[in-house]
Amino acid sequence: MASIVLRNVDKIYAGGVKAVNGLNLEIRDGEFMVLVGPSGCGKSTALRMVAGLEDISGGEILIGDRVVNHLPPKDRDIAMVFQNYALYPHMTVEENLAFGLKLRKMPKAEISKRVQEAAKMLGLEQYLKRKPAALSGGQRQRVAMGRAIVREPQAFLMDEPLSNLDAKLRVSMRASLNQMHERLGVTTVYVTHDQVEAMTLGDRVCVLRDGILQQVDTPQNLFESPVNLFVAGFMGSPSMNFVNAELVRDDAGAAVAFAGYKLPVPDSTFAEKPGLDAYLGKKLILGIRPSDFEDAASASGHSGGWAHIPTRAEVTEELGSEINVLFLIDAPPVEHRDTVAAQDTGDDEEGVLPLVGDKSLWTARVNARSHVRPGQSIELVVDTHNFHYFDTDSGLAIGHPANVGR
Amino acid sequence: MTTLTASPAGTSNSAGALRRGVLSRIIDKAGGGLVQLVLIVLALFWLLPTLGLLVVSLRADEDNNSTGWWTFFTKPAQLTFDNYSNLLASGFTASFWNTVAITVPATLLVIGFAAMAAYAFAWIEFPGRDALFMVVIALLVVPIQIALIPIAKMYGFLGIFGSIPGVVLFHVAFGLPFAIFLLRNFFVGIPKELLEAARMDGAAEWKIFATVVFPLAKPAVASLGIFQFLWVWNDLLVALVFADTEAQPMTKALQSQMRQFGTNVDILAPGAFLSLIIPLVLFFAFQRYFVQGLLAGSVK
Repeated sequence: MASIVLRNVDKIYAGGVKAVNGLNLEIRDGEFMVLVGPSGCGKSTALRMVAGLEDISGGEILIGDRVVNHLPPKDRDIAMVFQNYALYPHMTVEENLAFGLKLRKMPKAEISKRVQEAAKMLGLEQYLKRKPAALSGGQRQRVAMGRAIVREPQAFLMDEPLSNLDAKLRVSMRASLNQMHERLGVTTVYVTHDQVEAMTLGDRVCVLRDGILQQVDTPQNLFESPVNLFVAGFMGSPSMNFVNAELVRDDAGAAVAFAGYKLPVPDSTFAEKPGLDAYLGKKLILGIRPSDFEDAASASGHSGGWAHIPTRAEVTEELGSEINVLFLIDAPPVEHRDTVAAQDTGDDEEGVLPLVGDKSLWTARVNARSHVRPGQSIELVVDTHNFHYFDTDSGLAIGHPANVGR
Repeated sequence: MTTLTASPAGTSNSAGALRRGVLSRIIDKAGGGLVQLVLIVLALFWLLPTLGLLVVSLRADEDNNSTGWWTFFTKPAQLTFDNYSNLLASGFTASFWNTVAITVPATLLVIGFAAMAAYAFAWIEFPGRDALFMVVIALLVVPIQIALIPIAKMYGFLGIFGSIPGVVLFHVAFGLPFAIFLLRNFFVGIPKELLEAARMDGAAEWKIFATVVFPLAKPAVASLGIFQFLWVWNDLLVALVFADTEAQPMTKALQSQMRQFGTNVDILAPGAFLSLIIPLVLFFAFQRYFVQGLLAGSVK
């Protein structure tokens, strides 16, 4: 096992396209690091550079304490799981698992011991003599995992390994992946475009966009204090609601005003977000997580710091335990380049409501006890402590530690 | 049969149902039995000359001179293996072995070189690769006739004119462009991730070629092998130009038995049939590779 360090890594393709731009990232020994971002953000390229399948245009990559820039993949002692599994179709499962070990001239007894162990761990024992064509998608996926496990490498690299599975299998494989990582404790770099996968799997998550690192942090920190509009919009499902607002202070205290609403800003916010007071009287972008809303009727216990937003539910999505309430805000949608990019993830599950005109569609996640129906009026309350504020030009989160002084 | 019954109309718009081919409507009405009957008749018609050749080769010379081969249907007792035993006793066996000595290396060398070249063209990046591949493609259209005289001169200079290696070399040279073209196009169809997985598993280029790409290319290699084998086995022109009498393959030996008047049918017929039987055996041995898709299950 080893740490993986990327120092100022660049990847420039022929034609001058910069796929990865000055990437600095330290993946600690035994850590599960997820690289996430919309398609074309350079996450796979970064992974393939660590693997040695792509040349490094600039900077250096270290595995353990060794600079591996010019080492071929076979000398880097890492294993990779591919999105389409890439099993050798002419070999049985057993041969597939043993291939890498045979090439390393491992003794036969040791090979069969490791293959047996991996097969047992992955529940593949009865399929060892089969060829990949005779396996189901989930089984093939496990063989691909097994091929990496038997190698006992310094690190696992995984390139969207679950995206070819159906939804249910993906969830259970996600759990097994977590378990596997617990058990083996091998440094893992995992690439995905699915932010749910990123949140659930990663010890830390690295958000990339256009080859540039946006933020690296634990899933919880990414969710609670995104560094900019892009991360805020990309992480979390349903995604964060944005609106152009104005920060004002009057007799009643500070407040954000937008679309006819005026929501109080608690004093503690100014303490937490240094620099926010400079925006008093100015425009900024307000971000509210759907999960920070609640139905006033079913949230009786809340008092301090909760502001009321009376509105009408346009669409409701009942998820059993919760209801997503889509409602209209009388303000034009925020068209910052970051929010647009964050929505462009390729697998947007939320339906886009046409003909919302010049209004923005917001989502509130309320308790299922609310029983709200489309077209009904609903009194929403929102936790004003959890507001996110972004600069209208730079899109950076105001008062985020990483942005102070920037 | 599915290609016959599942007419393309099935996938087109609803109006296409009306425009379905007359043939497929007849097939629907008459059922599969008629189709099979037609196919059997066609197949028999196509096989007739070969069948005749077989029968002629099994009849005594005087019978062949007096009556047609179809009389054996009424008089099967006239069949004899004498022609074959005479043929084998004569010098013809030497030409059979010459054919083998030319065809087997010419096929194996073409497969070996072409596979390696195709791998490089498909998967190794080197400067001028695409230009070089265009040259290979361009060579596909060069007819062998224009090279006969220059190469004959060159062989004379090298001292291999008339020998088996000379014939083999010529066949290899002219077999390679098509072989490279065919295999390269097959290789590029192999998912890139398979090679990358092998690379991650610790395989170097040669190992990837030998343990991953080449085994996967079996269907293509088998078809190429059969084609190349047939071309060389049945070749007469190259043999006529480049092979001496000691090095002559069956085709040339048979050709030399042709007479302007009268026939040597007792030699020609069994000889021709003998030269036919080996490719047939080979074809049936490998034909399953034509239809088999070996890549199934590798990637989703």
